[in-house]
Parts: sequence; structure tokens; C-alpha cells
Amino acid sequence: MGYGIVLSADNVDFMVHGIFQYSFFGHQVWITTTQVCLLIVVLGLTIFALVVNHKMKKATEVPKGLQNVVEMLIDFLDGMIKGTMGKHAKVFRNYIGTIAIFILVSNISGLIGLRPPTADYGVTFPMGVTTFLIVHFLEFKHHKPLELWAAKCSPLPPWLPVWLPVTLIGDFAVPISLSLRLFANVLSGTVMMSLIYGLLRYLAVGWPAALHVYFDIFSGAIQTYVFCMLTMTYITDAYGDET
Amino acid sequence: MEFNTNFVFGCSAIGAGLALIAGIGPGVGQGIAAGHAAAAVGRNPGAKSDIMSTMLLGQAVAETTGLYGLLVAMLLMFVKPFVK
Repeated sequence: MGYGIVLSADNVDFMVHGIFQYSFFGHQVWITTTQVCLLIVVLGLTIFALVVNHKMKKATEVPKGLQNVVEMLIDFLDGMIKGTMGKHAKVFRNYIGTIAIFILVSNISGLIGLRPPTADYGVTFPMGVTTFLIVHFLEFKHHKPLELWAAKCSPLPPWLPVWLPVTLIGDFAVPISLSLRLFANVLSGTVMMSLIYGLLRYLAVGWPAALHVYFDIFSGAIQTYVFCMLTMTYITDAYGDET
Repeated sequence: MEFNTNFVFGCSAIGAGLALIAGIGPGVGQGIAAGHAAAAVGRNPGAKSDIMSTMLLGQAVAETTGLYGLLVAMLLMFVKPFVK
């Protein structure tokens, strides 16, 4: 292909690749690099969790070593969740903590040469949809249907549902924008890094480490924070004021 | 009408460049947010962490439109929907 510099450089590569194909009830399904990287991330987190569980069985009053690190992490997560969700924090600290750690490790897994699993829309979209389902389950659980109807027609009176379609579109835009934000941020970092490594092959020695700090660690941490923060805000909003 | 694939890809590249004009808005918006956050920290240094988290959240939401532009540009350049 002679399509300009980006595509003529054959070693620029940030796409998802299929590894092998199999037949699933008549459908041709691919196992891709995303799934392999996801598996590595999940296995790493599982091993970490098992080791920490083993260590915390014999936790000491004065923490040292790994216990220190884990207590700091949990303290930080709990503080963040408590600060945003208030009294609902107890129910959601497991879920929010899990997705926070998962997204963070996924985002910085570019550092060990994996393609970040969050740079695949198939990974971030289910997380957005999960948020959407939680939010609307809570809305239906904690509000009467009439209240909900009035809230959806909110600037206008409930007998005039002109504003309803706009509110509904806004509701359905939440999971899409939530997942696209995470996906596009991580993807842009991945693309930038692969362009640098692909186009400056022999010149890219050492100094891209500084860019990794920005694109993988800083951007990844910010996006993790934003995803968790927005999820918590939406969930707290769904409870309403009176509970 | 039939077009040469090189011509179509060139037009896609121009479209990708035009799509990134979307980056102007978030840039200005994030700058304004950061400026006001800096002013707020100057006025009330005690609330620094709250101001920081609010600023980051607002900036991330404001960034979304720019990221949509980036996604469109990437689709045009790498997925090549118009090139047969």
C-alpha cells in the first residue's frame, strides 16, 4: 500500500489482532489480543489478591512491607468513595474499588508491553452499561413510577411530556459517553506510543519513558479517577435526596 | 461515480485533519477551568484537594467532545470506511 507515511511504515501497529478462530454454535469467533491481555491482567490481580489475603491473615498492629501498601491503597479508595457517596459508600465500596483497581492496572499495563485492554471498546462498553443498569435499577427501586415520570419530564409539568425524549436521550448517552471517554483516552495513548516506536524505530531509545509516564501512568490514573467519580456521582444521584 | 482509492483516501485524510478542529473547544475550556481552579486555590488554599478533584472531573467531561473528534479522525485514517 502506498498510502503515505503512516501506512507505509509496516511496523506501526496498534490494532487488535485475532489470535485464533473457533466456531461457537455456528458463529466464527476470534480470540483476540485484548482477551489475552485481559486474562493476564485478571490473573495478575488474582495472584496479588491471594498473596495479600495470605499476608493479611497474619497482619500486625504496626504495618510493615506489603501490608503498608495495601492499607494505603484501601484507605485511599475508601476515602474517595466515602467522600463522594456519603452514606451509600458501604454498599458500593466493593464494586467501585474493584473497577478502580481493574481500570488502573489495565491502563498501565502498556508499561509491560501489553496492549491495554481498555483500549478496546468491547471492554469499556460493558463497564458503561453496568453503570447504566445499576443507576436505573436504583432509580426504579427508590422512586415511585409517578415520581420518576415527573422527574423525566422535569422542566415542564408531568402532563406535558414534551421534554421526555430529550431526557431519555440524555440517559442513554451516559453509558456511551462514559465508555467512549475511557476508550478514546487510552487508545490515543496507545496510538501515540506505537507511532513513536514504529516511525522512530532506532531513535526511540530511552526517552519515550517520559512519554510513558504521561500517556500510561498519568492519563491512565486520571481516567480511572474520572470513570469511578462519574459512576459514583450517577449512582448517588439515582438514590435521590430523601433516602 | 467511480473514484480512485488514493483520491478517496486523500479526502479521508483531509477529513481526519478537519475533525481534529474539535480539539480547539476542549483546549480552551480546560484552560479556563484550570485558570479558575488556580484562582480558587489562591483565594482558599485550604480547599486545594476539593478544587483539584472538581477541576479534573469537569475537565474530563469537557474533553469528551474533543475525543469524539479524535475517534472520527482515527476511524477515517485507520479503519478507512470509505476506501474500498
